[in-house]
This record gives sequence, C-alpha cells and structure tokens, in this order.
Amino acid sequence: MKAPVRWLALLLAGAVVAAVGCSSHAPAGSYHAADISSIMPALSFHLIGPGGQPITQQFVRGKTTILYFGYTHCPDECPTTLARLTAALHMLGPAADEVHVLFVSVDPQRDSPAVLAQYAHYFAPQVEGASGTDAELTALTKRYRVAYRRDPPDAHGAYAVYHSSAVFVFDAEGRARLLVPDTETPTQLAQDLSTLSAG
Amino acid sequence: MTLLRWLLPWDFSVTVLSCCLAFVLLYARGVYRSRHSGAAVPARWRQAVFYIGMLLIYIPLQTRYDYYAQHMFWMHRLQHFLLHDFASLLVALAFPWPMLGTGLPRAWHAALRRLWQSAPLRAIYAIVTQPLIAFTLFVGLIYLWLWPSVHFRAMLSLREYKCMNWSVAVDGLLFWSLILDPRSKAQGAAMYLGPRILLALLTMVPETIIGAYLSLHQGVVYTVYDVCGRLWPVDAVTDQQLGGLIVWIPASMMCSFAALIVLRRWMYHDELVRRAGRPLAAAGATPTGPFAAVARPAAPLPATVAAVTRTSMDLSVLAGEP
Repeated sequence: MKAPVRWLALLLAGAVVAAVGCSSHAPAGSYHAADISSIMPALSFHLIGPGGQPITQQFVRGKTTILYFGYTHCPDECPTTLARLTAALHMLGPAADEVHVLFVSVDPQRDSPAVLAQYAHYFAPQVEGASGTDAELTALTKRYRVAYRRDPPDAHGAYAVYHSSAVFVFDAEGRARLLVPDTETPTQLAQDLSTLSAG
Repeated sequence: MTLLRWLLPWDFSVTVLSCCLAFVLLYARGVYRSRHSGAAVPARWRQAVFYIGMLLIYIPLQTRYDYYAQHMFWMHRLQHFLLHDFASLLVALAFPWPMLGTGLPRAWHAALRRLWQSAPLRAIYAIVTQPLIAFTLFVGLIYLWLWPSVHFRAMLSLREYKCMNWSVAVDGLLFWSLILDPRSKAQGAAMYLGPRILLALLTMVPETIIGAYLSLHQGVVYTVYDVCGRLWPVDAVTDQQLGGLIVWIPASMMCSFAALIVLRRWMYHDELVRRAGRPLAAAGATPTGPFAAVARPAAPLPATVAAVTRTSMDLSVLAGEP
C-alpha cells in the first residue's frame, strides 16, 4: 500500500469520527422543541374543515399554526396534548390570537364536522377541527412522515385508532419550524411560540 | 387490490426503479450475449443469487414495506440488514460487474472502460478499497445513521432518509465486492484473501457492540418513532431491542458467512496448486499451505502450476467460479 493512500485513509477515518462526534454537540438552537426548518416541507393540505367546507393551507395562512393529529374518542393522549396546547395559549395572552391550532382527526367516520367543532372549541377558540377522506389524510400524514391506523371494528362497532403524538409548528408563511415533543411543558411551548413570532 | 397495495411503492423513486431495472436488464443481456458469442457464462447459482439480491434490494425500498420501515425501529433495522448486509452481499457474491459491462452497448462499454481506467477514478477506487477506509465506511455508516440526533433527522427528512438508504446500499455493494471479489490480487482484486477474512471478521466487532448495546439498553434511544407513531402498539424498548438483535445477530453473521466463503476459496485455490503436482520438496523455498498465495504472491511457480492457477482464475472471472 502506498504511503499517501494510507495517510488519506487515516485522515478520512478521523474525519468520519469527528463528524459523528460533532453532530451530537451541535447547538440545539434557541428552542426547546426540535428545529425542523430545513428538513420538513411547508404546510400544504386538502381537508374538510368547519361546516363541512373543503379547506387548504390558505385556511391557516398568516398565523402561526400548530398541527396535531388525533381523534375525539381518544381516551388519553389527545385531550392531554390539547390541554397542554391550550395552557400554552393562555400563557401567551393576547399574542395567542396570532396562533391557530389545527386538530386533524384521523377518524372521519365518527368525527363529523359538527362533532369536531364542539370538541375543538371545548379547549380554546383558536383550536379548529378538520378531517378528510382517507386519501387526503394519507397525503397529509405522509407529507409529515407520521403514521395513523384504524383497526377493523369489533362486534359492537368499536375500534382502536393509532396516531402520532407529533405536534408540528408552522410559521405565518406556512414554513415548517418546530416539532414539539410530548415532554415539553406548556411554559416551554409558550416560550417557543413567542420566540418564533418574534424572529 | 390488496396485493397491489402491498407491491406499489410507498415513496415512488424514479432513481431506485431505473437503477434496479438497468442492473437486471444489463445483466440478463450480458449473459445472453456471452452465451451466443460462445464466451463463458456465470454459473446458474451465481445468476440466481444476483436476481435474488436485486429483488431484496428493490422490495424494502419500493414496496409498502418502506412505510413500515419508517414507523417501526426493528423493521427499519431489517431494511438496513437487507440493503447493507444481506442483499448487497448476494449481489457482490454474484460479482455481476463483468456481465453488466457485456450487457452494455459496445461503444458504451468501451467508453466506460476508458473512464474506469482514468486516473481520478483509479485514485477514488484505490481510496475506497483501502481496507481501513472500507472498514471505516462500512462500520461508520451503521454508527452514523444510528447516532440518535442523526437518526432523528433522517426519519423526518425525506431527503436525508433517501440519502441514508442509498448510502448503506451502495456501501454494502462496495464492501462485499471488495471481500468477495473472485479475482486474485494479481488479477486486479484490491486485497489478498487472508486480509479479506480478517477484515470481514473485524467488522463483526463494532456491529456486535452496537447491536448488543441496543438489545440490552433499557432506555429509549430513538424517540422519533414515539413522535411519529408506531403502526401497532409495541413497547418502545421492545421495538429497540428487536432492532438491536437484528444488528447483533444476523448482520454480524453475514460477516462470518463472507469470511467462510473467502476461506473456502483460499483452501480450494491451495488444493488446486497441490493437485497440479507442485513438488512438495520446494515447500522450503516457497511456503505452501493457506498462506502460500498470500505471503509470497510473486514467488515463481512451476510453469504447470502457474498455468493451472491462471486458467482456473481467469475462468473464475469470466464464469464466476471460485
């Protein structure tokens, strides 16, 4: 083996080790949530919104938008998450008027627009419910790389629904900005939303 | 309809489809042309291994399996086991490169050969087949994509996800082609047989370490699957342990499998030299035994031995026999 090749080998090996090492020490940014600005696409969807009207991303354009998938029969996770989001909105005060929460139900059979509207407004006026056909829901969940699934109904017509816990935040221009983990407190989320609207 | 739903790609990629199709068609054409021109044709098992390998590269990338791999950690590890360890090993074992060349239109083949002989490409080839670099790339890619922050991004960004799958598949082909190259060093292979066995066995060590860590660790390392949702209710730690076991056992098993293949070839080659009537008395001057071919590659062999060795190895390149 020629000497230059051996040196190059060592250099490359060192570079790979350094790259792996550095990636974990990169600054996390000023957000508590994960910054997804450069890795996820801008908000885009076709859904059935309040009143059974078809809506697109234009429905939430101009405000910071929080996107969350769930269903109204959800026993624990959805109400907990929506309560956390609502608590964060309360902390924002008047600035909360500049935030939209889009609660997308992956269970359109049970969650009619009327059911969704009632459920959503139970939390906060900023929360809007939406759903869509399976094709529309698949397109949106695929775009944001999250999973959802409904089991076939049992003898009583009951069925389980699986959905992601992801909370996505988009800025007023519809660009993807943050992915909020379920460990983030309402205080931290409120801080993140303030930082986002300030910058 | 259900079958079609399973077979259709989750994320259709023109690049994956055209690369897989081009490989299969060029190989089939290469075999066809060789047969009709009276040239040596790869053994049937080698052809079979090539097609199976290509299928096992295509399936995890371009069927609904990819959807499952995006949402369950162990299914993601199984996908990488196929791309990085198993399917790419099968394709490399078939050593399809000469047949792919024959399958090309003649002018393209000649142009490709000229390009291949050009200094920059030779230099790149020399670097990536340098054992330490090949080892670092192979193991480094496993560690890089399993690094929690890198993994998190890769599972969220479609671009990085594609980059991840491409990198492990291409590196798998490169690494196993280096280890399982049917040619001898004198015929253009990058490594002697002995170091290849060592390299394959050495690769097992870091694979075992990370596999064992993930199989035995009790905390959740990869939170992205919790965030994006699993497809059925599997405990996060169980999912992670299953994924770890796939890295630990089958993936490192492929390394020992490759080492055994090379070992067999080494002994077979040695046996050929013996059968050719090489005088054992000369053993003092040029060592025999498994190390003969490696320790003294340039040692002068009796003419008959050299002829047998050369013929068998030349055929091995064309026909793909060890």
